[in-house]
Amino acid sequence: MTAIDASGTLTPPVSDGDHAQGPGNAKVTLVEYGDYECSYCGRAHPIVKKLQAQLGKQLRFVFRNFPLRQAHPHALHAAIAAEAVGAHGEREFWHMHDTLYEHQDALEDEDLARYAEAIGVPASEIAVAFAGGRFAERVRTDFRGGTRSGVNGTPTFFVNGERYDGNWTDVENFASVLRNAARARR
Amino acid sequence: MAPTNQSNSRELLAIGTRAPDFTLNATPDQKISLSDFRGRPVVLVFYPADWSPVCGDQVALYNEMLGEFSESNAQVLGISVDGAWCHLAFAKDRHLHFPLLADFEPKGEVSRKYGAYHEEQGESARALFVIDANGIIRWNHLSPDGVNPGADGILKALDALTPEERGSATAGSTP
Repeated sequence: MTAIDASGTLTPPVSDGDHAQGPGNAKVTLVEYGDYECSYCGRAHPIVKKLQAQLGKQLRFVFRNFPLRQAHPHALHAAIAAEAVGAHGEREFWHMHDTLYEHQDALEDEDLARYAEAIGVPASEIAVAFAGGRFAERVRTDFRGGTRSGVNGTPTFFVNGERYDGNWTDVENFASVLRNAARARR
Repeated sequence: MAPTNQSNSRELLAIGTRAPDFTLNATPDQKISLSDFRGRPVVLVFYPADWSPVCGDQVALYNEMLGEFSESNAQVLGISVDGAWCHLAFAKDRHLHFPLLADFEPKGEVSRKYGAYHEEQGESARALFVIDANGIIRWNHLSPDGVNPGADGILKALDALTPEERGSATAGSTP
């Protein structure tokens, strides 16, 4: 019926430029497009942690930004702040990432600066990043990649490059989906 | 995604056919016609209902993408059977920056013309159309009601339009 299939395939694929946890040669790559102010993403955060604990080295987790700015007024700055902190290293990025999801009720610019400073990144760097430049551009690039990939809300997950439309709130179920994907790769 | 024409909607209006013109209320005192947008592509988004969770996510997504759509010269129009006052409240609550049209009286008439109406539920189906600058349907997609189709299909369809179909070829006629 349709001339062009809306397939939900990750575009662009995961690369070295992505924020990733877990081995590059893991059998399963789980990509999340997320928004730091989105309450569903907040619910997904501990679930992803549990999946990482359960699958160990079998799993690589990648996070890409998908701030819904009209729905979530703090989401864009939170994403930019995470990227600016991430310029200091992947460890710093993930520390900020976790902090943001653990403090979704406090995402004002002052809060973001405070979190960055606690990680050792000067607040001035965050303020500069808000004004534009490469971190804002990175967030924009992530967002556009998401729309091309078939992201339809937040969070949207991709398992080995294919959009996952199933239930993610049940950890056991999601873990078995990922294990099956790992087996299919063997 | 698997072909999704198993629902109780009639077949969507086919690719290659002329999109039927219509005039619907965008606000309680403003009407919009499809033909107002002749000369640029239109993305027609039929959806079941304001306020429902999946619809809310879908329109929120397109709302964030208006810059991307405008790069293809495209205008997005949402259509459901909700009334203009309902649309107004929904658009205000979600900070929507594109028109929501009320297919309200006679109920569902436009949705029916596009084959995008569920008689049983009395709601529009979750259907997408990309209409080119000349008013011809170039792409369509019907989603199951509970599935938010995202935007990748729309973007690919807009990419596939020729400059002429995009309505941006005025300078291209003389090389």
